[in-house]
Amino acid sequence: MKLKQLESLLGNLQQFQNPKIELEQYPTGAHIASRMLYTAENSYDDISGKVVADFGCGCGTLSLAATLLDAEHVIGIDVDDESLEIASVNADELEVELELIQSEIKNLPWRGQIVDTVVMNPPFGTRKKGADMEFLSVALKVASQAVYSLHKTTTREHIKRAALRDYNASSAEVICELRYDLPKLYKFHKKKDVDIAVDLWRFVPKAKQES
Amino acid sequence: MRLLTHNMLASNIKGVTNSFPLRIEPEKIIEKPVDFNPDFLKNMFSKIDWKALADASKIMGYAELPDEVPEQTVVESDEFLRKFHHALLEVHLEEGALVCPETGRRFPVNKGIPNMLLHEDEVFNLMTEARLEAFSRTSNRRLQQRRGEEPDL
Repeated sequence: MKLKQLESLLGNLQQFQNPKIELEQYPTGAHIASRMLYTAENSYDDISGKVVADFGCGCGTLSLAATLLDAEHVIGIDVDDESLEIASVNADELEVELELIQSEIKNLPWRGQIVDTVVMNPPFGTRKKGADMEFLSVALKVASQAVYSLHKTTTREHIKRAALRDYNASSAEVICELRYDLPKLYKFHKKKDVDIAVDLWRFVPKAKQES
Repeated sequence: MRLLTHNMLASNIKGVTNSFPLRIEPEKIIEKPVDFNPDFLKNMFSKIDWKALADASKIMGYAELPDEVPEQTVVESDEFLRKFHHALLEVHLEEGALVCPETGRRFPVNKGIPNMLLHEDEVFNLMTEARLEAFSRTSNRRLQQRRGEEPDL
């Protein structure tokens, strides 16, 4: 599938109807999502034929991008049932198979090393401090092959240090710098739109022993 | 929910040691055909827990998988891979529940989505535990002071 085609399919997905600020629910735009998954597939071979998990999947944009790029088994996990319902409708619209689980990321128990790749657009931790780091630490435990994640560019040094030192990553690379276009979603937003700089990261977990 | 997802999930309730596999209580089972990918299946075979899959498959009404872990020569056969494919990826639990093997706690499955959310008292809470420990240390010290003993530090 071509990048343009992927972007346009993702652009038609339904997004949050009543976004919840405590969960930092922001839609992952079709532009960013398509580039993220397209790069994971075409530069690193981490999607097609793989088991992919999407942490904090929301309305399922990243999960569905993975299914469109022929991931074999995709699991979207989110704490919010309304988002999961939209994700499920989106999957039906695209006529693809998407597994969904309602759970907090930190409390979901995983057996064995079945997930190859984790993709995520985590909460940036602006409302709940450390939320992004919690997602990252779990992702690096669950994935056997790679973790793709978006983080604010201003936190770059911190992310790199924590991933390598504390979260068992053998490598942590920024593969792309992007602009995250945040539409005015919540009442407290004063400006109409804001554009924030985000990094697309690729982390590789250290090889683990089979448990 | 596919049985591959079931094979990856365990119960994470505080204090539970026997957490896998979750027992399936099926109410509605559906089948959705997907493309057959033998390479994926061969790779997956080494990662899944065979007994959990064979048992789950039987409960879901598909009894074609052998109880014992099959030999490598069998695993390579098209006949086996087709059955494995069907059980792993095509049979879905649409309505029902997953049950923790130790505590009997039920995790409901609606519209194919398992709800694995835990109640507050089922979660390991480091803050609460740290506070409890601090509390017991303080009260110990008070008790010792009252008895005129040297406090432990």
